[in-house]
Amino acid sequence: MTAAPIARRAGGSLRDALAALKALRRADDVVLTTMTPARDWMALGTHPLDLVLVPSAMGHATSMGLGLALAQPDRRIIVCNGDGSLLMNLGSLVSITAAGPRNLVVLVFVNGTYEATGAQPTPGSAEGRVAGDAVDFAAMARACGFRAVFDFPGVEGWRAGAETVLATEGPTIAIIGVTSDPTAPGPKSPGPAAARASRFIEALRTQPGRSGEPVPASPP
Amino acid sequence: MFDGERVAELFASWGVTHVVTVPDSTIGRWETAIVAAGLHLVRVCREGEAWGVAGGLHLGGARPLVMIQCTGLFESGDALRNVVHDWQLPLFAVIGYRSYLNQDTLPGDTCLVFTEPVLDAWRIDYRLITRTEQVGAMTEHYRACRAAGRAGALLIAEGKA
Repeated sequence: MTAAPIARRAGGSLRDALAALKALRRADDVVLTTMTPARDWMALGTHPLDLVLVPSAMGHATSMGLGLALAQPDRRIIVCNGDGSLLMNLGSLVSITAAGPRNLVVLVFVNGTYEATGAQPTPGSAEGRVAGDAVDFAAMARACGFRAVFDFPGVEGWRAGAETVLATEGPTIAIIGVTSDPTAPGPKSPGPAAARASRFIEALRTQPGRSGEPVPASPP
Repeated sequence: MFDGERVAELFASWGVTHVVTVPDSTIGRWETAIVAAGLHLVRVCREGEAWGVAGGLHLGGARPLVMIQCTGLFESGDALRNVVHDWQLPLFAVIGYRSYLNQDTLPGDTCLVFTEPVLDAWRIDYRLITRTEQVGAMTEHYRACRAAGRAGALLIAEGKA
């Protein structure tokens, strides 16, 4: 039996990858973040239509993103997930394509580790598997029914392709290789979740619809 | 106990927009009628997902309902805890209570042991529905939970056609 090829990731800084997203984010986009992407997204500033899913249920950012996309079909919903989180809720990929929301974009930042708990290898990473054959998330997404699948080994490729990813009719998924930082702290909640939920609901009600205008820079 | 048309009519009268579900042999038979009534049926792969999807729907301004079996409630723990208690989203669920009306298929089914204690442990305000005559109580409970802004559930006895 021949071992599957090991997916090699060029990696790069998660924060740089998120900065590229921030530069392209429209004013009416919802950006839902969880775990380490939430930590680094918050470090780049805040927006009323950010939903920082901390605390979360394990891996459920994709599920919540699906619900938001169905409830707000005229607004782009961008979910920033990690590979560890996605592995905890893989079925959600099938649920997403079953419902088929055109306005949902799932970004999966793959570092092969559970970084928030000390960067232990995930069972999907080459380091976490006896055979050393990292799972192929892009192939998995295609098999789950995604038609718009992008695979970027590192942040440079993501920077070059991000605009195309965001402009593609969804449901869309992009797999982006980033480098794990075992020394980085885990994400912290930016405040009581219930109060943030209320503010988020109000922001959805009051923020203008799709304008195409980029979000003005805001300080961290 | 209930047919799909009756349930769909009930959900529609409550203003439910989306039913997020994993079927069992009772509630699954309601799907066709729910869709025919104009409600959106969202099929998920496992019950824990249903709570996250319903949470997103609620935040987005829809009025979701989670429809699962009690075995799926057991699977739902962390997801339910997060959306109902951390985020305090007032989600409502209709939960099939397996083997409640008879245990011919699964003698000694432990669903009867754990379902209600689990709902109590998760602090879900629920009503047990064992007869079709309780339809008024179902609506009353749904509306009371809505008015109070709290999560709730109906536990629907299963085991008879």
